[in-house]
Amino acid sequence: MRNLVAEVLKKPIAQVKVVPMEIGGGFGGKLPIYLDPVAALLSKKSGRPVKIVMSRTEVFEATGPTSGTVIRVKAAAKGDRLTAVRASLFYEAGAFPGSSVGAGSMTMLAPYDVENFELHAYDVVVNKPKTAAYRAPGAPAAAFAIESVIDELARHQKVDPLVFRKVNSARKGTKMVNGIAFPRIGHEECVEAALNSDHYRSPIEGPYRGRGVASGYWFNGGMQSSVVVAVNTDGTVNLVEGSTDIGGTRASLAMQLAETLGIPYEDIRPSVVDTDSIGHNDVTGGSRTTFATGMAVYEAGMAVRREMIARAAKLWGLPEDDVEYADGVVRSKKDGRQFTFKEIAAQSARTGGPITGKASLVARGVGGAYGTHIVDVEVDPETGKVTILRYTAVQDVGTAIHPSYVEGQIQGGVVQGIGWALNEEYVFDDEGRMVNSSFLDYRMPTALDVPMIDTILVEVPNPGHPYGVRGVGEVPIVPPLAAIANAIYDATGHRFTELPMSPRRIVEALNGLA
Amino acid sequence: MKRTYVQARINGEERDFLCEPRQSLLEVLREELGLTGSKEGCNNGNCGACSVLMNGRVVNACCVLGVEADGADITTIEGIARGDRLHPLQQAFLEEAALQCGICTPGFIVSAKALLDREPDADERRIRFWLSGNLCRCTGYDKIIRAVQRAAAQLQEAQA
Repeated sequence: MRNLVAEVLKKPIAQVKVVPMEIGGGFGGKLPIYLDPVAALLSKKSGRPVKIVMSRTEVFEATGPTSGTVIRVKAAAKGDRLTAVRASLFYEAGAFPGSSVGAGSMTMLAPYDVENFELHAYDVVVNKPKTAAYRAPGAPAAAFAIESVIDELARHQKVDPLVFRKVNSARKGTKMVNGIAFPRIGHEECVEAALNSDHYRSPIEGPYRGRGVASGYWFNGGMQSSVVVAVNTDGTVNLVEGSTDIGGTRASLAMQLAETLGIPYEDIRPSVVDTDSIGHNDVTGGSRTTFATGMAVYEAGMAVRREMIARAAKLWGLPEDDVEYADGVVRSKKDGRQFTFKEIAAQSARTGGPITGKASLVARGVGGAYGTHIVDVEVDPETGKVTILRYTAVQDVGTAIHPSYVEGQIQGGVVQGIGWALNEEYVFDDEGRMVNSSFLDYRMPTALDVPMIDTILVEVPNPGHPYGVRGVGEVPIVPPLAAIANAIYDATGHRFTELPMSPRRIVEALNGLA
Repeated sequence: MKRTYVQARINGEERDFLCEPRQSLLEVLREELGLTGSKEGCNNGNCGACSVLMNGRVVNACCVLGVEADGADITTIEGIARGDRLHPLQQAFLEEAALQCGICTPGFIVSAKALLDREPDADERRIRFWLSGNLCRCTGYDKIIRAVQRAAAQLQEAQA
């Protein structure tokens, strides 16, 4: 954001200071800048601080939705083997080019090992608001298309839809659509866990009830992060970072530092500081923070460990090679003498000054991840209301650093996906103006619309991260659209190819009015 | 603009303030009284992030005028804890990880408190119905509902 503001204002980056606040949820819409440079210019003109607030209606109308899409998919199978896929993807970009069609095409076939495929992707400029990133941008629409077709294909071939996905699953070495081989991935493990779940083993019965499954993939992000770890003389630690916390990353980063240093989590105070006080950090987005800033935390923690070894070696008059660090204790390999973390910290003035570690890096080794979802629905043919009876989301999370936060990310993504599948829609008039720009008319799920969301965390550690972390925030919004469409097909025999599957559309379809 | 003198009991304390007739209670709380716990999520009564208790009833502070608060007893999120002792709902939200970005959380806690004060034995469906005026985009509600259930169980235990 700082760099974008500097670019618009034609100012050196160092002249722009961004002080991050508690900004609410992310989901992608806050990655671009909107009023920030305007406020800066007005402030310069008036010589006074300027605050500009966007109303909720302005946020709806002016901050960019995800792309509206049209996707055509044709797929072929021989027995239980997926043999070929041909697809065309058309994504709205809004008034300027730049939709998420690239990501849609790249993620679409990621769950599968399919030898023959042909993808055509079109970025379509239309007279509507410029689209913006929206949780796994591009992927849910592509998954809605392919996973609906896979469902039909599996039914046609009389193969259980999860078994079909397992048989045809991508795995380590499978080529992605860009020709590069996948590193270790966990789709097969997710499908396996879904097959063995209590949910999938329980029968679903009753009229207008049905079950659907779907898989989905998201790349996850790497990019640049900087952190500083400062050890205080009482052995407490300040973890200074620049990744805005939108959902618990202060905790997930402090936990990784506690692990690296072998000290209690409670001794670490994480804080997100302004842009003058830390090296550059790329956006909090792309499910990258726990992974990439976490990698920087690990590197900075290792720098502190090396410094602690050097200090102890100095105090003992030993070469550094004879000193080791483990579980928050520095120990002489020669005679077992040791200092605790706190003891070394207390002696910093005598051993060379304050102990700090820092790391600035481009995080390589990003681990893409998969989810496989199971949903049971009941459709009311008179009102068109779809009730979600039961939902289980299986996801490869790499390593769950803070398991209940990981579950929360998955549950939140699922419910956002349920909203997309059943109700959420930007309605435009003939002139391209949005006509439902309030929370009354833009119908996102309430607590009453959804059940508890069960999660199954599959841990296939990412070999590219010291603790095996994969991003977890975006994957869970990819499968729900198709999983729910497949469940509605199972319940009603009607295949919905248009979203949202709102009460009106359902009533019309079931009564032959569409 | 002529400002009106208003007296109200806010979080157990007698407060007075001057307020323009057009100002909402939410604006007064946040900008005049420095009580920024109540959030503006929509400013038209649809999201519940500004839920406060007014004479024991949940209201959206964005839809109440500041002048209407004259003589009222108002409880905001800042008045839920007893000093350093968190309310069982606040403790349960922490323990159940029932928040992510945190913007909707004050509204949920205030609203849930009004329910449990009245119906400590509310079941899952009743809790979901009661909280359907509070929107959350991050959590999918699962952990929020569990936190309210946990707090309800604790409050019932304390009463037994």
